[in-house]
Amino acid sequence: MGKYVVRRLLQMMLVLFGATIILFLCLFVVPGDPITTLQGEGRQLDPSTRAALEQRYDLDKSIPQQYISYLGRLTQGDLGESYVYRRSVNTILSEKLGNTAKLSLASIVLMIAFGVAAGILAAVFRYSFFDVLVTLATTFAVGVPVLIIGLGLQNVFAINLGWLPLQGQSAGNRALILPAITLASLDTALVSRLMRGTMSEVMRADYIRTAYAKGLSKRVVMLKHALRNSIIPVLTYLGIAFGGLLGGAIIVETVFNWNGIGLALVGAIQSQDNPIVLGAVTYGVLVFVLVNLVVDVAYAFLDPRIRLE
Amino acid sequence: MTDQAVPAAPPVGEITLEAGAGGFGGAESQAAAVGGMTRQTQFGNIRRRFLRNKLAVLGLVILTIVFVTAVFAPIIATHPPTAQDLNITLQGPSSEHWLGTDELGRDVFSRIVHGTRIAVTVGLVSIFLALVIGVVLGSVSGYLGRGWDALIMRVADVFFAFPLIIGAIIIILVVGRGVAPVIIALGLFSWATIARLLRSSILSIRESEYVEAARSLGAGKWRIVTRHILPNSMAPVLVYAMVSVAGAIVAQASLSFLGVGVPPDVPDWGNMISSGQKYFGFKDYLWFFPSMAVVFTVLGFVFVGDGLRDALDPRLR
Repeated sequence: MGKYVVRRLLQMMLVLFGATIILFLCLFVVPGDPITTLQGEGRQLDPSTRAALEQRYDLDKSIPQQYISYLGRLTQGDLGESYVYRRSVNTILSEKLGNTAKLSLASIVLMIAFGVAAGILAAVFRYSFFDVLVTLATTFAVGVPVLIIGLGLQNVFAINLGWLPLQGQSAGNRALILPAITLASLDTALVSRLMRGTMSEVMRADYIRTAYAKGLSKRVVMLKHALRNSIIPVLTYLGIAFGGLLGGAIIVETVFNWNGIGLALVGAIQSQDNPIVLGAVTYGVLVFVLVNLVVDVAYAFLDPRIRLE
Repeated sequence: MTDQAVPAAPPVGEITLEAGAGGFGGAESQAAAVGGMTRQTQFGNIRRRFLRNKLAVLGLVILTIVFVTAVFAPIIATHPPTAQDLNITLQGPSSEHWLGTDELGRDVFSRIVHGTRIAVTVGLVSIFLALVIGVVLGSVSGYLGRGWDALIMRVADVFFAFPLIIGAIIIILVVGRGVAPVIIALGLFSWATIARLLRSSILSIRESEYVEAARSLGAGKWRIVTRHILPNSMAPVLVYAMVSVAGAIVAQASLSFLGVGVPPDVPDWGNMISSGQKYFGFKDYLWFFPSMAVVFTVLGFVFVGDGLRDALDPRLR
């Protein structure tokens, strides 16, 4: 077990290393000079000021040197300084992190509450009206892109009905409802499909027949035998979904003007603020790899049949 | 086994079993292929299972409409997609402009029709690119194993760690906006799953009896991979690719919405949604109709992909 975790940690380092190389190469061969962008086109910049700025942001060094110093700072958890705000990327991102975390956690709660529950009920009452309803709803959620779900919800609940705020965060927790539903929609549908699939498969297993045969009630069989044996793939999927939420968060935060990491990333891309782009994406990749590691290890704890080598 | 038997059979036909058969099926499907007569019925079975699935047939109808629209866009469109008329800006649907006009007086219907071309091209070509990369790297990884496997899978891990949209944005930052950059960007960040799927599929087929038989008859590595292993392991990959086309179309629209997709003057669904959002709440047809075009197309690919999966392997249901 310990050996497996160590090996996975090493693999994770490798992935992070590869990801930062790709990012770094892409961001620093991008045409355009960030300092010119910052000062505005056509504005003359005193050469000594320019040199000072270049030195401040390592832009006077060669790309490999820049990468090495970036990696050195990264190992200490330092993501550098923003071109636009002249503040540490760590500070900027940590201000936004809370908002993205709030949105992600709310979405995960929705996925568990609705996705898992709907999947279980659909599997237990297979081919019932409810099952058909779940199938239709999940097909709809898979077919309608997050962007369009967001716009549709805004239109109905914020503009036409006026029940919930259109965007922003000033309304407190009520402002969280629409973005969280939007971000959770696709994964809730996939979770419920997966839950329904694995549970219906488990319900055909011999030990379920045995449990019925020894006289247990349907409720006990479902909760103690079927559910426990079919929840593991769902937990794995939830982990992966959580790790990948930043991709959806970019869209949702843009649509709802939600001041999180996704919105910061989009803003930084438009203003060529490479340190923030680099920081936000590195952060996203890090979360993804870490969550996957935790999921894989948890997998072995939950299912003793799985041997980690 | 004779070497003619496998390559002649349709690739998708071989890996499937009769509905009732269990087990992994390498040997059974091999027997079926050698038997020769069952080949056609297997393909027929798949087709019958596919056609019995109402959603799959609906998907097929949707895709036919989408492809016909894409091919005959200039004929179907009632107006040139970029023709502006500043006298008739922001008009709601009418008999002259079926879906209204946008802020520059352009015909929304015609722009949606022309947008089909962009969506279908980006979706199909980017996933084709991902298939080429994924199939080559996945088969090298699965069949050669060892160092190649470790190297390719670590590279796949790196690409897999980027959410599709974020990876695509980074590539577009380098290459610039446009249809080709979007295709390259989406292809580059879609191959990793294909390679992984194919690799695991190959790993189980590599050890099957019929591959061993081919090897013992003296077939070379290249022949074994291209004639025996690949045709038998492509089914999950093709199903995944079908659904990925939908994902690529969504990603493409989302990139345009974020302002990093195809250039803003191109008639593209994402661009139309993005510019329609400026009139959100009072000119809602501007974002609604292009959104429905996205949903319609995506559902087509998802239905056909799901139907294909169920038809190819009923056990996966």
